[in-house]
Amino acid sequence: MIIEHPLLGPRDAAEFVYLGDASLIARPDWENPDAGKEFFEYLYLRDNPEGMHRELWYHEQGDRSWLVVTRNTLTHEILNVELARQIALAMGR
Amino acid sequence: MWRDPEPQQHYDVIIIGAGHGMAAAYYLAKVYGIRKVAVLEKGWLGSGNTGRNTTIIRSNYLLPDNEPFYEFSMKLWEGLEQDFNFNAMVSQRGILNLFHSDPQRDAFARRGNSMLLAGADAVLLDENLIRKMCPFLDYENARFPVKGALWQPRGGTVRHDAVVWGYARGADRLGVDIIQNCEVTGFDIMDGICRGVETTKGAIKANKVGVSVAGSSSKVMAQAGMRLPIESHVLQAFVSEGLKPCLPGVITFGAGHFYVSQSDKGGLVFGGDLDGYNSYAQRGNLPTVEDVCEGGMAIMPMIGKARLLRMWGGLMDMSMDGSPIIDKTHISGLYFNGGWCYGGFKATPASGYCMAHLLATDEPHHTANAFRLDRFSKGLMIDEKGVGAQPNLH
Repeated sequence: MIIEHPLLGPRDAAEFVYLGDASLIARPDWENPDAGKEFFEYLYLRDNPEGMHRELWYHEQGDRSWLVVTRNTLTHEILNVELARQIALAMGR
Repeated sequence: MWRDPEPQQHYDVIIIGAGHGMAAAYYLAKVYGIRKVAVLEKGWLGSGNTGRNTTIIRSNYLLPDNEPFYEFSMKLWEGLEQDFNFNAMVSQRGILNLFHSDPQRDAFARRGNSMLLAGADAVLLDENLIRKMCPFLDYENARFPVKGALWQPRGGTVRHDAVVWGYARGADRLGVDIIQNCEVTGFDIMDGICRGVETTKGAIKANKVGVSVAGSSSKVMAQAGMRLPIESHVLQAFVSEGLKPCLPGVITFGAGHFYVSQSDKGGLVFGGDLDGYNSYAQRGNLPTVEDVCEGGMAIMPMIGKARLLRMWGGLMDMSMDGSPIIDKTHISGLYFNGGWCYGGFKATPASGYCMAHLLATDEPHHTANAFRLDRFSKGLMIDEKGVGAQPNLH
């Protein structure tokens, strides 16, 4: 797979480390009254969809940026690549 | 070998998935006397992970929540062919887990002791003994010299198709309906009670429904409104051209991830790590192929002369702690079996037996009472590898 890095252009997926679902950006607030349940769902439960999947890749053998890659889990086709930093900032994190 | 019936309107138990599910149906009928059972299979028998594994059986786990279960499975393998009267080619040629350093020897000795405590067999071999068994290994490898191995003589391989054929024939003769090309499209759930399933062959009612579709668990259970502690990943496997007998049994590399055995047709059957990203594609990519072949070359340089005949990918139900789940759900009448990661094949008999026990008695089998769905919320993870909630590392 070739990941179209927003800053560096096309890079081999072998340069990256995979973390998982991009929902991991939205870490719950530990002060919420339901924090225990929210952290259980955040840490352990996954949608695990067949088809479109937004996921976190880390460019370990590159510029060490975190990317959010939108990829089809049925065909491995990559549809969109964004900097995770910008998505997190847009979410107010 | 078995009938091809149309589904009846109502069953005592419906089991979705004809891999582990076929074993569950067999033991339900044979051991627990529940014979009004249907096994629903999306494709044909053996079209899923039954036909995509590397056929290895072993019970060499460390943790006390795992080892008794896998040893129970090994004992069932040993009596399986007599039990269902079918030649499954169970071949206990042994499994050698190589180690390459002093700390690794200590860790393997500890694992061997854990195996012995659970009634399994384990022998710690030094380099000289392995040299007699496997003269072809790269003992002088500069980075990963072979220092010894943990040997389980009762480990080995089984003919994967024959397992499901044997269970299917046995279950069919006991009255179980095997319904192929029948995909489940929904569950009949009202007021927290599951009363049947919707399928491509119409609605079928049942008192109890068991889901046993590892690889696609999230997809099927989503139809019941459940999110699981599971990610689906792709694992690749490989077979070389047929060779004269050269490997004494199963051999695994201790410094990378590589395992190999020789099939009865002579092909070297081998595999290694997951590709590492979520996938339902049943095929992988080339960087993992290279990594697996490097692992093979590091311990067994002679493998470089063999040509590759086939390679394929299968879907792995990677759970958050690397261990399986056999449990009731919060929906009455709906039972779940999954999260087998890439250890499902060896577990087939015990997985089926324990699932049958759960379906018949509503209580977990005593070797599987730690494989609970709620263990993640209670902090009771069974993390054999000790890497945390990161499915692609297990």
